[in-house]
Amino acid sequence: MLLEVKDLNVYYGAIHALQGISFYLNEGEIVTLIGANGAGKSTTLNTISGILRPRSGQVFFEGKDITFTPAEEIVRLGVCQSPEGRKIFATLTVMENLEMGAYTQNNKEEIQKNLERVFRSFPRLKERQNQLGGTLSGGEQQMLAIGRALMSRPRLLLLDEPSMGLSPILVEEIFNIIQEINAQGTSILLVEQNAQMALSVAHRGYVLETGKIVLEGDSNDLLHNPMVAKAYLGAH
Amino acid sequence: MNNEQLTLLQRIIKGKWIGKGFLALLALAVIWWVGGKALQSPPLFFQQIINGIQLGFVYALIALGYTMVYGIVRLINFAHGDVFMFGAFVSFFSVSQFQLHLWPIKALPSLPPALGIVIGTLSVILLSMVSCAILAMTIERIAYKPLRDAPRISALITAIGVSFFLEYFGALPFVFTPNFITYKRPFDIVTWYIQGGIHRLEAGAEAPPGSVIFSNVLIIIIVVSILLLVGLNYIVRQTKIGKAMRATAYDKPTSRLMGINVDGVISTTFAIGASLAGAAGVLYATAYPQVVFWMGIIPGLKAFVAAVLGGIGSIPGAFVGALIMGQAEVLSAGYISTPMRDAVAFTILILVLLIRPTGIFGEPEREKA
Ligand SMILES: Nc1ncnc2c1ncn2[C@@H]1O[C@H](COP(=O)(O)OP(=O)(O)OP(=O)(O)O)[C@@H](O)[C@H]1O
Ligand SMILES: [Mg+2]
Repeated sequence: MLLEVKDLNVYYGAIHALQGISFYLNEGEIVTLIGANGAGKSTTLNTISGILRPRSGQVFFEGKDITFTPAEEIVRLGVCQSPEGRKIFATLTVMENLEMGAYTQNNKEEIQKNLERVFRSFPRLKERQNQLGGTLSGGEQQMLAIGRALMSRPRLLLLDEPSMGLSPILVEEIFNIIQEINAQGTSILLVEQNAQMALSVAHRGYVLETGKIVLEGDSNDLLHNPMVAKAYLGAH
Repeated sequence: MNNEQLTLLQRIIKGKWIGKGFLALLALAVIWWVGGKALQSPPLFFQQIINGIQLGFVYALIALGYTMVYGIVRLINFAHGDVFMFGAFVSFFSVSQFQLHLWPIKALPSLPPALGIVIGTLSVILLSMVSCAILAMTIERIAYKPLRDAPRISALITAIGVSFFLEYFGALPFVFTPNFITYKRPFDIVTWYIQGGIHRLEAGAEAPPGSVIFSNVLIIIIVVSILLLVGLNYIVRQTKIGKAMRATAYDKPTSRLMGINVDGVISTTFAIGASLAGAAGVLYATAYPQVVFWMGIIPGLKAFVAAVLGGIGSIPGAFVGALIMGQAEVLSAGYISTPMRDAVAFTILILVLLIRPTGIFGEPEREKA
């Protein structure tokens, strides 16, 4: 198991946002976490990334307990997040944004190689490397957010709603790239509201509802589960 | 708020064209007045401009610390002026007690004396910069860091408390004493006058009437300030830590997600700002050779006004604001009366806050997560 989350309880003051969730992810997998607004998806990712602390429960990465490891150390261990809403550094250039993704990396040659890899996945970023992050279009910002996270050479990439606010064609393009990244050996934990899209690329999935996991299984099974179809796929 | 409730002043400011017209009139009045003085006696005017540049560069070095710290933690660090004072005192002790400025001449007697003095002076400045950086990092660690998630007003009050602490700790008889102390410069002052060419002014001699004088203090202030500004610009634009500073100033949670050690970056920002203030302390003391425990208050406030005028959070803004403040202060002291310089400085603050609170280069506040 690459990632294991055990009985996580997270609070915002009195709000009990995660109510004892457990799940795992194997090396090489794409696992998706789907759920409606406010289900606790982003809370889960931020707890794994170490910028939120659980009241109880544990997070293991490669068998190592990282529940209270500092956020920067978690990135160094190989877990990096592309956050919800992209969170591009608008006042930094595209290139500088990518360099910030590589902040934990010290080997110049490796960084350069990695940069070329990111530019191969997202050629548009290369064209715009000297432009300010804030001037990119939504789709380009999403590419930059993923590229920036990839610059840390993660073993596990956390993606929070990469399809948010993008046209269907662009969503298709982004999800193709996500599959490519996975094929090159990066495991991915994908958070989505677009359940159809997420389940079509993921190996397995979990359904989150108000802080609890209510369903889990292979993507195919979930896609054909009547409850999922009703709640998340817009079927009748 | 509806229109009836607005005061006259607010209505004037709200009606944008009135505000702009008011600004234009003010600018015209200032130009007319300054221009008139310039024509009356050009040498006197140039003399004021030179003095203003000297002061403006010192303010710029202080203002940068205010603006950088504000940019990254949204704190007006009111203890910053006292860090400047500390820098001046460190150089006072290193020169008067330890003759630090003479080490190149003692250690390397073969060195040309002029070069020895330059290296010695730079060493004095460097020691003050390092001392101030350490002081500021300590203050940040002890006083500000525990309040990182507290309401902003708590940190602001703490900053004022730290400022008082530094001042009155400095005033203790066994620290800096409450008295004015004559500052010994690390170099001898040399003065020139301009009148159909540049001439050396012998010590004790009077400059001929109608000439403009300047000294090596002016040259040192300008050269050192420009070197530091170029260095700062390089750090902020080109280095990894500088980029991390900009990223952290923009968005802390996302910076942490990228593996940036945000606390370390904040600490570095305090250190850089304080080292600039430390250099400013040495330069200020060489220009106005007296030191006393409260000497940081007024330059600190003026530099703060400069930072607000330029747009707090903006590095070029702090520089431009400081140069304007230097000129405004010297011209009002020279042509109106000496006490007027403080009044003018704070009038500028009030006008900026009323008319354009974001300053010259500032952008409207963006609320951040
Ligand atoms: N900073 C916060 N303070 C208080 N409550 C919060 C905070 N962030 C999230 N919550 C609450 O915690 C719950 C889970 O939020 P979370 O952001 O994890 O949901 P999500 O599944 O990511 O939703 P979305 O799809 O809208 O992004 C919600 O009820 C939300 O209101
Ligand atoms: Mg979310």
